[in-house]
This record gives sequence, C-alpha cells and structure tokens, in this order.
Amino acid sequence: MLEKALKGNGTYWAWMFLLLGIMGVGGICYIVQYNYGLGATGMSRDVTWGIYISQFTFLVGVAAGGLMLVLPYYLHHYKDFGRITILGEFMAIAAVIMCLLFIMADLGQPLRALNVVFHPTPNSMLFYDMIVLNGYLFLNVICGWAVLHAEYKGVKYSNWVKPLIYLSIPWAISIHTVTAYLYCGLPGRHFWLTAVLAPRFLASAFAAGPALLLIIALVMKQTTKFDVGRVAQNKLVTIIGYAAIVNFFLLGCEVFVGYYSNIPGHMHTLDYLYFGLADHHTGEVFNNLVPFMRASVVMGLAGIALLFYSRKVQSDAQLAVACVLIFTSFWIDKGLGLVLGGFVPTPLEHITEYYPTAVELGITAGIWATGGFILTILYKVAISVKLENEKTA
Amino acid sequence: MDSTRRKFLKIAGLSAVAGIGAPAGLNMLMNKNVQAAGGHGDAAPAAHGGGHGEAPTGKRYGMVIDTVKFHERPGLAEKAIKACHSYHNVPDFGNNKDEIKWLWNERFANAFPDKSHYKKDDDLNSNQFLVLCNHCDNPPCVRACPTKATFKNKDGIVMMDFHRCIGCRFCMAACPYGARSFNWRDPRGEKDGRPFIKETNKLFPTRMRGVVEKCNFCSWRLAQGKEPLCVEACGGTGAMVFGDLNDPHSEVSQVLRTRFTIQRKPTLGTKPSVFYII
Ligand code: SF4
Ligand code: SF4
Ligand code: SF4
Repeated sequence: MLEKALKGNGTYWAWMFLLLGIMGVGGICYIVQYNYGLGATGMSRDVTWGIYISQFTFLVGVAAGGLMLVLPYYLHHYKDFGRITILGEFMAIAAVIMCLLFIMADLGQPLRALNVVFHPTPNSMLFYDMIVLNGYLFLNVICGWAVLHAEYKGVKYSNWVKPLIYLSIPWAISIHTVTAYLYCGLPGRHFWLTAVLAPRFLASAFAAGPALLLIIALVMKQTTKFDVGRVAQNKLVTIIGYAAIVNFFLLGCEVFVGYYSNIPGHMHTLDYLYFGLADHHTGEVFNNLVPFMRASVVMGLAGIALLFYSRKVQSDAQLAVACVLIFTSFWIDKGLGLVLGGFVPTPLEHITEYYPTAVELGITAGIWATGGFILTILYKVAISVKLENEKTA
Repeated sequence: MDSTRRKFLKIAGLSAVAGIGAPAGLNMLMNKNVQAAGGHGDAAPAAHGGGHGEAPTGKRYGMVIDTVKFHERPGLAEKAIKACHSYHNVPDFGNNKDEIKWLWNERFANAFPDKSHYKKDDDLNSNQFLVLCNHCDNPPCVRACPTKATFKNKDGIVMMDFHRCIGCRFCMAACPYGARSFNWRDPRGEKDGRPFIKETNKLFPTRMRGVVEKCNFCSWRLAQGKEPLCVEACGGTGAMVFGDLNDPHSEVSQVLRTRFTIQRKPTLGTKPSVFYII
C-alpha cells in the first residue's frame, strides 16, 4: 500500500522536497541546541517552557480533534463521514508524532527520556501523558491502517479492529484531559489553576482539529479528484462552529471570574495577555503577546461568523478562509498564550518575557515539516486507495 | 450496533477518562485525611514521594530565618549566599536568563506576594529577604516529577538526583516558590576565559547541563553532624536557626514556640519547612 506514496506529480514532489528541506534545517538547528544546551532557546529561569511545549499542547488538541470525525461515523453510523474518518485517524498519527518530537526537543537530557519508563511515577501527570499519547498513537496506527488495508483489498475490516476503534474514542478525550492536568494541578500558577482548563482544551481541540482537516480537504478538492462531499463539509461546519463557540464561552467565564472577583492572581495573566502587565516596582509595562492575543479573539469570532455564513452561501473559498481564521486563532490561544502566559508573572511576581531564538524556531519548523511530511504520505496513500476503490466500484 | 451497547460504550468512555485522573486524585485525598488528623508536620504523608516517605515519628528538618537580625547586619545575607554558592559549585553566568541560585535575596513583595499590601512600613519596603527551597512537607515538585529525580528524604529534605533528571522542568513549573534552577548551558564551561564556576570545589559534584538543581539543606553535612553552610556563615547571630521540627527540644522548635513566624504562601498547602521572623 505504501508504494502509493511513491507516485505523484511534480507539485507533489516539490512539496515533499520542500518539507524535507525544512526538516533538514530543523535537524541542523537541533544539533546546535544539543551541543550548546537548551540555553540556545529563549527560555529562561523564569519562563521554563517555551514554544516547544506550547506546540506540544496545541498538537495534542489537533490529535484529539480527529475524534470528531471518528465518533460520528463509528458510534452514530453517520455514513457521510465515511470518506473522512480515515483522514481524522491519520491526522491524529501525524499530530501525536509531532507531540512526541516536541517533548524530545524540550528535554534537557534527551538520552535519559526512558527514565520515565524505568522509574514509573504514578503521581506525576507526565507519566500518564506518556501512556495516553503513546497508546493513542498505537491505536490510530493500528485502526487506521487495518481499515484502509481492508479497503485496499476490497473487503470489510476484521472484527478485532472494532474494539480498538471504540477504545480510541474515549482515549482521544483522555489525551487532552491528561494534557490539561499537566497544567491545572499546579499550585501557585493561577492562570492554569482552573477546572475549566480541560473542557476548554477539548473545546478548542474539537474546533482546531476538524478545521485543519477541512482546510486540507478543500486543498485536496482543488489539487486531486478527492472530494469529501458537501454533506460532510456542512456537518463539519456545525462541529467546528459549536466547539469554537464553547471555547469562547469558557474563555469568557475565565475573564468573568478574574475581573469580577478582582483577585490579583486571577487577573495578572489575563492582564498580561490582553492588556499588558506593569511591574510592581518599576512600573514598566510588559505586553509582547498582546497583539497576538487580541488578534486571536478577533480572528476566532470573525472565523465563527464566516464559517456559518459560508455554509449559507455554499462557498468553499469562504469556508477555507473561515477555517484558517479559526485554526490560527486557536493556535495563538493555545500554542502561544496558554503556556507562555502561565509563566507571567512568576511565582515571585517578577515579569520576564520570552522571545524564541532562531534555533528554536528552526527546530519548531522542522518538527512541523516532519508532521506535514508524514501526513502527506498517509493522505496520499489513503486517497489513492479510496479513489481506486471508487473507480472499480 | 444496538442502542444499549452504544450507550454502554459511551459510559465506558467517560469512566475511562475519569479513571485516568483517579489514582493521583485518590492519593491526594487520602493524604489530606492523614494530615487533617495529624496536624502540622507529624504523620507526614508517605505517598507523595513515591515511596520516599517519612515515618510519623521521624525527623523533619526545618529552618527559621530571623530577617530582623539580617537587616541589623548588612552583608550577612551575602555572606551566607556566598558560603552556599561557592561550596556547592553554583555557576555564575552573568545574566538573568541562565541564572542558577540556591539562596538569594528578594524584596518583601516578591518573597511574600500574598502578604504584601499597599501601606507597608519603610523597612518592609526597602529590606531584602533571603529565600531558598522550602523543603515542603507536601512538595508539588516531587508530585510532578516523572522520574523521581526529585524526591523527599526520610528526614523531610527534598533532594535532587542529577543523574536521573531528564530535564523536563515540570518541577520548575510546579514549585510555587521559584526555588529551582535549570542548567541551560554547561556550568563547567567558561566565557572569555572566565569560568562560570570561579573555583571548583572538589568535595561537591558539579552538574552537567540539562538538569535541575536547588538547595539541598546541606544534607551531606547533616550526615556529618554539621549545620548547613548558610547557617554556619551566620555564626552565633541566630539569624538562621536550623534543626528538627519534630523534636520539641531542638532550638528551632523553641524559637517556633516562642516567636511569631510566617511561611511563604501557606495557603497552597505545601507546608513549607522554612519559617520567617519579620
Ligand atoms: S520550595 Fe519548591 S522546590 Fe522546594 S520543596 Fe517546595 S515545591 Fe519543591
Ligand atoms: S526536570 Fe528533572 S527533577 Fe524536574 S521534574 Fe523533570 S526529571 Fe524531575
Ligand atoms: S541549606 Fe545549604 S544548600 Fe540550602 S541554602 Fe543553605 S547552604 Fe545552600
């Protein structure tokens, strides 16, 4: 089946070589970081996690978001998702691999990573995160491949796959819940210490994951003969739209609790993210994330409106723009603000801002390119099989 | 698939999610009960350190910092810091980003953010306050560490195993006191011919890059029956008093019984072992 990835037109190969090039740059940057230490990044004693861990957190969401394509098909027999379920599973595979790579990139002693396995520590949420992420990867590889392979052979997938598919549904929720628990169980980090963190993670995931998928689907509609179909597209609009609305509702709850209670610890990070936060002693204002976070809110809300409007007028172009807006909005919200914001102010109420270095951005781009590379191969195979099947059918 | 089966699957899904958080949650709940019954410090929970627990009657080392005495003796805090940092080979990179510190000065509003208010007296506003790892009885850093590279000793000291640490920095996110530092670069290196560790002390290991470090209450000295270096540096001033909080006859216990002291962020339930006379 994999041989399908070796056939493609010029654009396909140009795209693959572009990704390979970015991966190469990322690899070189990683060697630099490996030789110098994590000091090659913009992280500091005060902001101890940076863009790696924030990408990780966001991508767990993208992986979990695949659930929104799997669940309707397998649990509710929603037949119109038949063509995209596999895309959801494959997206989850690529996203989880990126998550694992981001974790590795972030470790100070990567060669010791297996200590998490050698010295299992059930009181650490990272221990559970390791289990659920690897488990989810495994489940999606098995299920996705088995189902597609059966389709390739023109038969129905074997019965043993079914329980695994059902298992993958709660499992998807678990990966993002446990990832939220990494943050929301830490005393002294007020911004993260909120029970709505896990629900908010899930809501944004169920919007961002399908949005990315829909973007890819629309691109494929242009570049290949593969069309997910109007009905599935419209259904996805509903899913993305409502999930995005729930996310903003939960964000609104955070804002209300912070500002109405007027408790400084609950307001500080929100101030920092959306308005700028002044240092106690010097009065200096720190606000490097403000433009991003404000843009995130505007893009998110505009995206939701455009999303529903595009369905009304049946415009693919507008739908694509809406999905890009929502995806970008949530990428900023979670892939920047959530993790970086949690470190401002520090537990000692100092303010240190974080700026990623070129090396760090290079590694980040390299990992995204790796994800794109894997995803392209998987989608190429999946689509070739699907199209061939439909031709013979 | 029939509808009962579908319903079952949905419920099974939800319970699986709940189940993942349950062991840790249960663990914490159970500890709560023990503590509520046992009062401060005694009967400390065993489970958080993943087996590195403490017997109910065991030792629990702690410290009282008399900030008044420090403020009466300018330079004493710096002396204590130097004693600690030079012995423990704490590197000086000359910048805030890479900074490593075990014992250092903070202003009142930063050391005690929840006790700071807007009509502080002049002394509180201008003085500096020594901070270090609190060797919490209920340490969030130990709870968060995925490898047990940071763990609680039988005597209550929160220790680091530099050889096991994977450098994930989860403990740094978890510590509500900013007590931990990370080796962002090789501490054994140098810049422009100036080594980061001015004079390496062969009696204490230097660290490799990519691991976390912090104050260890000088546990290696306690084993030799000596006081921590910072306490020793204060000489007979009584500015720092160290000892077993569980021993009612220890000097530290007597100070705690007779003087009004405060802890950093006690509301977080970490039960710090460092107390302050303000
Ligand atoms: S002060 Fe921080 S590092 Fe020290 S024991 Fe408490 S939580 Fe851990
Ligand atoms: S950085 Fe080291 S000590 Fe801290 S949590 Fe990770 S493994 Fe444990
Ligand atoms: S107790 Fe020891 S390690 Fe801790 S600050 Fe004092 S001298 Fe340093």
